[in-house]
Amino acid sequence: MPLDTKTPIPTSFRVVGTRPLRPDGIDKVTGRARFGADMWAPGMLVGRILRSPHAHARIRKIDISKAQALEGVKAVVTRADFKAQDGDLADILDNVMAGKKALYDGHAVAAVAAVSAAVARKALSLIEVDYEILPHVTDVDEAMKPGAPLLHDGMITAGVEPAPTKPSNVTRRHEFGHGDVEKGFKKADIVVEREFKTEATHQGYIEPHACLATLSPDGVAELWVCTQGHFMVRAVCAGLLGIDISKLRVTASEIGGGFGGKTTVFIEPVALALSRKANRPVKIVMSRDEVFRATGPTSSASMRVKIGVTKDGRITAADGEFRYQGGAYAGSPVEFGAMSAFACYDLENVRAVGYDVVCNRPKQAAYRAPGAPISAFAVESVIDELAKKLGMDAIDFRIKNAAKPGTKSSYGPTYGEIGLITTLEEAKKHPHWKAPVKPGQARSMACGFWFNFGGQTCVSLNINVDGTCTLAVGTPDIGGSRASMSLMAAEELGIPYESVRAIVADTSSLGYNDVTDGSRTTFATGMATIFAARDAIKKLCGRAAQIWGIPEDAVVWEKGYARPSGANAGSFEPLSLADIAKSSGNTGGPIAGHTEYNAEGAGVSFATHIVDAEVDKETGRTTITRYTVLQDAGKAVHPSYVEGQFQGGAVQGIGWALNEEYIYGKDGRLQNAGFLDYRIPVASDLPMIDTKIIEIPNKGHPYGVRGVGETSIVPPLAAIANAVSAAAGVRLTQLPMSPPKVLKAIEEGARKGH
Amino acid sequence: MSQVHVTAKINGDTTEYLCEPDETLLDVLRNRLGLTGAKEGCGTGDCGACSVTLDGRLVCSCLVLGAEANGREVRTIEGMAHGETLHPLQRKFLEHAALQCGICTPGFLVAAKALLDKNPDPSETEIRYWLAGNLCRCTGYDKIVRAVQDAAAEMRKG
Repeated sequence: MPLDTKTPIPTSFRVVGTRPLRPDGIDKVTGRARFGADMWAPGMLVGRILRSPHAHARIRKIDISKAQALEGVKAVVTRADFKAQDGDLADILDNVMAGKKALYDGHAVAAVAAVSAAVARKALSLIEVDYEILPHVTDVDEAMKPGAPLLHDGMITAGVEPAPTKPSNVTRRHEFGHGDVEKGFKKADIVVEREFKTEATHQGYIEPHACLATLSPDGVAELWVCTQGHFMVRAVCAGLLGIDISKLRVTASEIGGGFGGKTTVFIEPVALALSRKANRPVKIVMSRDEVFRATGPTSSASMRVKIGVTKDGRITAADGEFRYQGGAYAGSPVEFGAMSAFACYDLENVRAVGYDVVCNRPKQAAYRAPGAPISAFAVESVIDELAKKLGMDAIDFRIKNAAKPGTKSSYGPTYGEIGLITTLEEAKKHPHWKAPVKPGQARSMACGFWFNFGGQTCVSLNINVDGTCTLAVGTPDIGGSRASMSLMAAEELGIPYESVRAIVADTSSLGYNDVTDGSRTTFATGMATIFAARDAIKKLCGRAAQIWGIPEDAVVWEKGYARPSGANAGSFEPLSLADIAKSSGNTGGPIAGHTEYNAEGAGVSFATHIVDAEVDKETGRTTITRYTVLQDAGKAVHPSYVEGQFQGGAVQGIGWALNEEYIYGKDGRLQNAGFLDYRIPVASDLPMIDTKIIEIPNKGHPYGVRGVGETSIVPPLAAIANAVSAAAGVRLTQLPMSPPKVLKAIEEGARKGH
Repeated sequence: MSQVHVTAKINGDTTEYLCEPDETLLDVLRNRLGLTGAKEGCGTGDCGACSVTLDGRLVCSCLVLGAEANGREVRTIEGMAHGETLHPLQRKFLEHAALQCGICTPGFLVAAKALLDKNPDPSETEIRYWLAGNLCRCTGYDKIVRAVQDAAAEMRKG
């Protein structure tokens, strides 16, 4: 790291931690902001994709001749129009456009570009696909059974020694942990072991995927797209189309939500292929039905968790098996699920085994803390049951076993400064935990963990002659990051927040940036912004030294001014950033600061959620009546948007716990591919979501920032399951806890005499 | 299919356009008139991102035909601010950080304005039920409801 990272974390801030209006706000409240589907180009065609109606089918032949002959059709593409791939891009290509087999209902098999949507629709109906329908499997347990329909010939489970001799749908086995769990269970006085299942849920962003592509015969291409990572889009598309990376310029539009679901490509390579063939711009906008059937929901899962405790409430061993189905291709988030499963606890003996399983479903995509909410649901349910068996307060039991600074985590590393116990203590003190529980309701809680990430980041900060700054970042602004970047730049430079304009630069105007994901942007891009500002400050001090005719090291930067410093510096009036910028043309030209680096030092974060739930025992319907989030943000750069992340994560978790699920028919087709039947929480389903921001600074960031976006969705599934179980009088082990399931559990519980 | 000639008042301006008989008002606004503030989130009236008012009544423009607007008055998000002055709802959405990604924001604002035009003093429950047709996946609705409450209070003061 060429820049100074050793500066201590400030204890007080001037603008960081305040709540200014976001710089892109007026565009968004006036309808002026341009999202994925809002762009238009001269001569633009409409692109549409034909999708498989079968869950599993061999594609014998595709006849596009009739579609091609239709008036107004300018291009038809199939798999043959893409460059053959191996390695990481092979599965991505196969998912973008099916090859020999369609692996799920909704798998793309061909696409057209036409002069209008009506002509494109007609053309799709004229494409003849000869399918040989194959047996399918959509459930993870069924897919793991011997004799299950195999999706990929010759898939041998990785991570098993010796390697299996027979192919299966299990792509990989993972194992994490330390100590000796068998020995640990022998020391336990009470052991609870349970099986759990969860259904796949969709990220449910309101903006369907959309892009506008232009690819000329000379290979020069432009792409406008709603994505969480336009550099990723560039790399993947250039590979799939066989064009030079430098010839493809990708501009990230405003993005209407992603939550991990826009960290991959679906339509972008297809639009480029159609544009190349038609030699005209092509826009593809997915319908909501396509979003559900052909983009990534998260995994469904089947799990077993076993935890043992002594009578005084100390955990002696924890063991879990996590089986995640991740759709038609390898890569479910089971590794993160298994790693994070027991991460909240200080454990001597722990083991987490994960199985990554393929099924005839759309390939899963990241969904906010990928994998972690699922395993936390199972683990925190067992923890809740143990606390009840011990007769201990749920929070006290967790505090007794909680991970703290110096704990060896269940997935390997030893924790530095972490805030789990603080979130638990704050929860215990919170008016919500102390308030009497209303009649007919039950209260419970759960904890959650997320790693947070750094990654490749590049930022440029240009000082303008009028004393303002333009900050170019390469991470799309998905929830207010322009505001937090502007705050950090302004803080470091000592200028007003309003004097910084943050823009999301296109792929040709800035160095490579990883995707906006893993709660990395405020941490990594924020750190890069601070370092870019420090780089600019160094240059500003140099210019002041030049103006004053003194050595550079005799100038310091304080609160937005260059000042002479030291015995021999002489006496000069301080120069403001604006003063120095104004004369920059005479002192060496424009001034800018840059950072290019691979960010490290992301601090893990923890949250504790408290929930009150009411279950109608006649209908099985659950109402959430009160909800509180307590989470460690490290440092909340813009507290309003941190609260918003907490609230949004909690509500997505409420949907996941109670209502949202992918429902498949016996034919392997998705039954509820629309917002009417896949119902995400609406305003009338919810109470206000109370929040408490806790700030335990992350020493890996100059301002102490941790990520905040993901951790907030980890505890809700378990917290709600614990509350619903308490209210229903029977332990719920399957998500979603939709009314029929809750009713069934209550009836079965009554039969067993609960 | 021959196109239909339509004359409508859109955000106060008399506007003429041709559209297909089966074309939605949302497609007309976005593709023919360049008013892309209304968004298509679902195309089936389930998400509210395309909310506009038709003769003062809140509708999902994806469920209305472009031809149906003939002789009627359409108001969209683009007509909500008066020159430089934002509508109090727009201002309060900014002040309360009641938007994150912003895709649902135009629909929420149009819907909330329709509510306050009808009922200047709605309860929290009334706000939540009125806005139940508008999906937001980012905010958890807390800040949106508070922004609407605050705007209503300010507007009542005049």
